[in-house]
Amino acid sequence: MKKDIILAGVGGQGILSIATIIGYAAIESGLNLKQAEVHGMSQRGGDVQSHLRISDKEIFSDLIPHGGADLILSVEPMEALRYMPYLAENGWFITNTTPFVNIPDYPDTNKLMDEIKSIKNNVAINADQIAKDLGSSRSMNMVMLGAASLFLDIPYDKLEEGIKFIFGRKGEKVVESNLKAMKAGKDFAEKNKT
Amino acid sequence: MKKLLLLGDEAIAQGALDAGISGAYGYPGTPSTEIVEYIQRNKEAIEKDIHRTWSANEKTALEETLGMSYAGKRVIVTMKHVGLNVAADPYMNSALTGANGGVIVAVADDPSMHSSQNEQDSRYYAKFALMPAFEPSDQQEAYEMPFLAFDISEKYHLPVMMRVTTRLSHSRAGVDRREILKENEKHLPENPNQFMLLPAFARKKFKHLLAIQDDLVKESENSPFNKYTDGKDRSLGIIACGLAFNYLMENYEEGKCPYPVLKISQYPIPRKQVEKIISECDEILVLEEGMPLVEEMLTGFLGNKKIKGRMDGSLPRDGELNPQIVRKALKLPELPSLEIPQIVAGRPPALCVGCPHADTYKALKVLINKYGQGHVFSDIGCYTLGFLPPYQAINTCVDMGASISMAVGAADAGLFPAIATIGDSTFGHSGMTPLLDAVISKANIVVLILDNEITAMTGMQESQVNGRIENICIGVGVEKEHIHVINPLPRNHEDNVKIIQEEINYNGVSVIIPRRPCIHVHGKKKK
Repeated sequence: MKKDIILAGVGGQGILSIATIIGYAAIESGLNLKQAEVHGMSQRGGDVQSHLRISDKEIFSDLIPHGGADLILSVEPMEALRYMPYLAENGWFITNTTPFVNIPDYPDTNKLMDEIKSIKNNVAINADQIAKDLGSSRSMNMVMLGAASLFLDIPYDKLEEGIKFIFGRKGEKVVESNLKAMKAGKDFAEKNKT
Repeated sequence: MKKLLLLGDEAIAQGALDAGISGAYGYPGTPSTEIVEYIQRNKEAIEKDIHRTWSANEKTALEETLGMSYAGKRVIVTMKHVGLNVAADPYMNSALTGANGGVIVAVADDPSMHSSQNEQDSRYYAKFALMPAFEPSDQQEAYEMPFLAFDISEKYHLPVMMRVTTRLSHSRAGVDRREILKENEKHLPENPNQFMLLPAFARKKFKHLLAIQDDLVKESENSPFNKYTDGKDRSLGIIACGLAFNYLMENYEEGKCPYPVLKISQYPIPRKQVEKIISECDEILVLEEGMPLVEEMLTGFLGNKKIKGRMDGSLPRDGELNPQIVRKALKLPELPSLEIPQIVAGRPPALCVGCPHADTYKALKVLINKYGQGHVFSDIGCYTLGFLPPYQAINTCVDMGASISMAVGAADAGLFPAIATIGDSTFGHSGMTPLLDAVISKANIVVLILDNEITAMTGMQESQVNGRIENICIGVGVEKEHIHVINPLPRNHEDNVKIIQEEINYNGVSVIIPRRPCIHVHGKKKK
């Protein structure tokens, strides 16, 4: 078993929480893990990514090679496209569709969606909207994790444990809303895999 | 025991703690910051009361380290690569004084300059100082190395370097712990003159340092971290240093490389193994993260066509390595991959919405528009982003503290106005001494000390000068009536512009302190 995942987004959007939960679930499932993060200047509203590698064998490189990612999981549509060189031939491309616009030359969103729809295995989700409809707009990243859960080969209940582990100290309500968000993301992806 | 999931930096910290340190010193700098941060929040370190507060800068940190070593304790000091430039004076001399309690100088390099002003390879410093260096290839080695590093440091009475690079510093993996060692008892050096570098002593110490070099090479030859793996195909031999070893193995199924491989993770380079691989293989490919240190040594001034690496173009001369760069050097076929779609725009970092620096720069911008571009010298921190649109407020960024000193020099040359912008933590690191120069030479400058009450860029560390800035400026000799504290908020814009204008008009040293906490401070401080 081997899963190489590129997590993408803009500094401050919460990709490291996704990484931590998948990481927790992987370790609890007895798998090896390497996870490279970006710290420092880019965290100030710049593009950030994390290379998350899970395997039952020894993992060497901390970085995923170009053409090697089984999954690109992005909380922002343009950022998802930035990591296309990493996507493996049969890899899955899963992205939130809500743009995070903090630059003057952000591309036209229709063209952006056309680009995304042209990718072979894509799941495009308006995760901000789904999270908002659930009454917890801050759990957009958990909607995305839920969508990705179909492709991780990690038992779903381990991810639920991960959420409890990460958000436990924030109280029962926060845990519940994040669990709900993850479930909603999973349901959406099950219906909309193309 | 269950594996700990640790960043490379955290693994070094845990290893140092378990190897019995009594103190960790350092100044925050990406990608080294997490070493001391880990020790600061580690329960066992807190219970044992291991020293773990930040120092004013890397030089004071390294000197404090030597003091703790003098008293017989094991100690680690951490910094980023450019921090070692600041600490270079005590670092070079520490090779002569040597250590009493074991000393690890942990330096994190940032090839590709993800968050730095330059890229340098700290292994050159270790070679320069004739000091052993350790370069882990993964998190487990990062954890285990401090044990051996301290043993060698105490065996030879010599500080040792641990060098990591960004990708290992900031990558997480499972780490197995070892048995925990006790701290050293306090004890003074056996030789009371050990730390006395009067020339007569220093000459003897330098001869001694030269004399033990062969022994240090033998340590490397016998090191568990330097591994020779034979291969059937001897048309090529590969020397892979530190992290580069992983990029090599990544390119072969289950790491089964057909060529002989020498992994180097302890320096000086192991002579015996290097001789073996060079004599047995037709060509040698040297993979190293950073600069071509090993490659240059093997190639020599007159060149050696057998040696391949960054200098002959097999690998790029600058920047960090990755699996695909190494793959190309191994002449393996590229994995099929796609291009970045043209529609993707760059997304550089920017000041956060509501950042106090933004309001300071908006006020300063009014005066820049009046006097023209080219008058503002700046420094290292979040506020360096004031260079970018829409602010375009600063003109220089060189090294910690250079804003004030460069403004002094430019004012001496007749530039008017000459303005410096420097953050509170950077001011504490290296801003006080140039301010003293300014006062002594009566330089006509305006210094804006942007006080957000925290070291923000590296992730919210305490600033050493918090609550002390005005008194420091007065103590250095800036006139009280030319020190102003302003609150950088949109509603104070007009007043703030006026104050800056008045101090530009004053012929002498003025200090303006725009003070408002970083918008991230509150959440972080509660933790």
